[in-house]
Amino acid sequence: MMKIDFSGLESAVLRSCPNSELFDGISTTPSFQIPSTTDFDGFQKEAIQMVKPAKGTTTLAFIFKEGVMVAADSRASMGGYISSQSVKKIIEINPYMLGTMAGGAADCQFWHRNLGIKCRLHELANKRRISVTGASKLLANILYSYRGMGLSVGTMIAGWDEKGPGLYYVDSEGGRLKGTRFSVGSGSPYAYGVLDNGYRYDMSVEEAAELARRAIYHATFRDGASGGVASVYYVGPEGWKKLSGDDVGELHYMYYPVEPTAVEQEMTEVSVA
Amino acid sequence: MARYDRAITVFSPDGHLFQVEYALEAVRKGNAVVGVRGTDTIVLAVEKKSTPKLQDTRSVRKIVNLDDHIALACAGLKADARVLINRARIECQSHKLTVEDPVTVEYITRYIAGLQQKYTQSGGVRPFGLSTLIIGFDPYTDVPSLYQTDPSGTFSAWKANATGRNSNSIREFLEKNYKETSGQETLKLAIRALLEVVESGGKNIEVAVMKKEHGLRQLEEAEIDAIVAEIEAEKAAAEAAKKAPVKET
Repeated sequence: MMKIDFSGLESAVLRSCPNSELFDGISTTPSFQIPSTTDFDGFQKEAIQMVKPAKGTTTLAFIFKEGVMVAADSRASMGGYISSQSVKKIIEINPYMLGTMAGGAADCQFWHRNLGIKCRLHELANKRRISVTGASKLLANILYSYRGMGLSVGTMIAGWDEKGPGLYYVDSEGGRLKGTRFSVGSGSPYAYGVLDNGYRYDMSVEEAAELARRAIYHATFRDGASGGVASVYYVGPEGWKKLSGDDVGELHYMYYPVEPTAVEQEMTEVSVA
Repeated sequence: MARYDRAITVFSPDGHLFQVEYALEAVRKGNAVVGVRGTDTIVLAVEKKSTPKLQDTRSVRKIVNLDDHIALACAGLKADARVLINRARIECQSHKLTVEDPVTVEYITRYIAGLQQKYTQSGGVRPFGLSTLIIGFDPYTDVPSLYQTDPSGTFSAWKANATGRNSNSIREFLEKNYKETSGQETLKLAIRALLEVVESGGKNIEVAVMKKEHGLRQLEEAEIDAIVAEIEAEKAAAEAAKKAPVKET
């Protein structure tokens, strides 16, 4: 069993020179070791800013009557450079649980894979599947223990367990929230606008998929860091199923088809005459 | 410090772990414990050796809670039991913290058995000298369970079992008389089994009943006396019924 380790609170000064006459009678407040820099406060902020990518992406998930709908874009950007238009941002943890990726791609991929391993070990040891609650808590505890070390993960764990559909938001600050509607990433404000406007609890699977697709499309339209392909997954009692993966460029012309204007029509008539 | 790393539990030439077997001896000298699993009720009954008049009986509860839905009774070294029970209680809460779900009976039994096994394979320690009977209802599925662990670290599920003094005779009785019961019938079966080896009377038995709705409930002495009286009456009636036909012919 782990005993709580108080050694960090012992005064470093007293430890190094316990018998020094200089310190007799002077009480020093307990302190812990700090990095030796010129500007300690600024150093902390700079370090955090350096490792904190802006989470350029749009992902969303919501619970409705039939289960959970999960959707994401597929663009990866490095500043202004689009490094990939085909990133898989919905990660399949196991046949009945999905995770979304926002933030550092490597961090998300690795820790979701690690979570999948832990979930499988839990199944083997306990002869039953782990709950979405349990899985999200395992991930949140791991991320909390790495807090401040530069991990960048903003993920949603969606799944179907004995209690029904489950959705949790977990991030690298160590936060964990249970909810029915979430969107994560730089495009999330735009996605929330469409999602919150069109959401009803009793939608059919097709209606919910269309809502998710439209929300991702609108986010990719306005947010430069989101784009590529809008993938939509559905999680039901049988597990997850990929419903669609549409290029957002094509979705644009589907929602806003180009109609010939009056001026152009005039021009064609003139050229004939 | 190196001296204390020497293993106490080592193999004998013919493959026995004597320390574990001696621990089982200690269990055999402990007070009798009976557990019976019904469809909606699980009962633990423990033999109470005569208590000194001045002792406060409330401080020597032999059937304890590990969590709201899990209880444990043991036979053997009571001091070892206290340590094991504390570790199990912490694990129940730790599990709730990490997966937000109460433990299943099988999980906590596996944990306790694992702990007992660790102490048979570590340096400088001796095995725990106790066998436990663990009862409880699984969360969400509400399946009732009864498990037993022993000093070697093995565990298994039972419909009814006994450990401690005279456990063999109690187990024989249970094998002959066990059937699927519920409610009061389960309670009577457990007490009948224990009365095989213990003087009858409310002050020699400690009984606790676990039901899905209200968790563990310790029975009052008066209640136990009443049930014992019922059992005695039934026994007398059965005896009389056996003798009566013979007389008629």
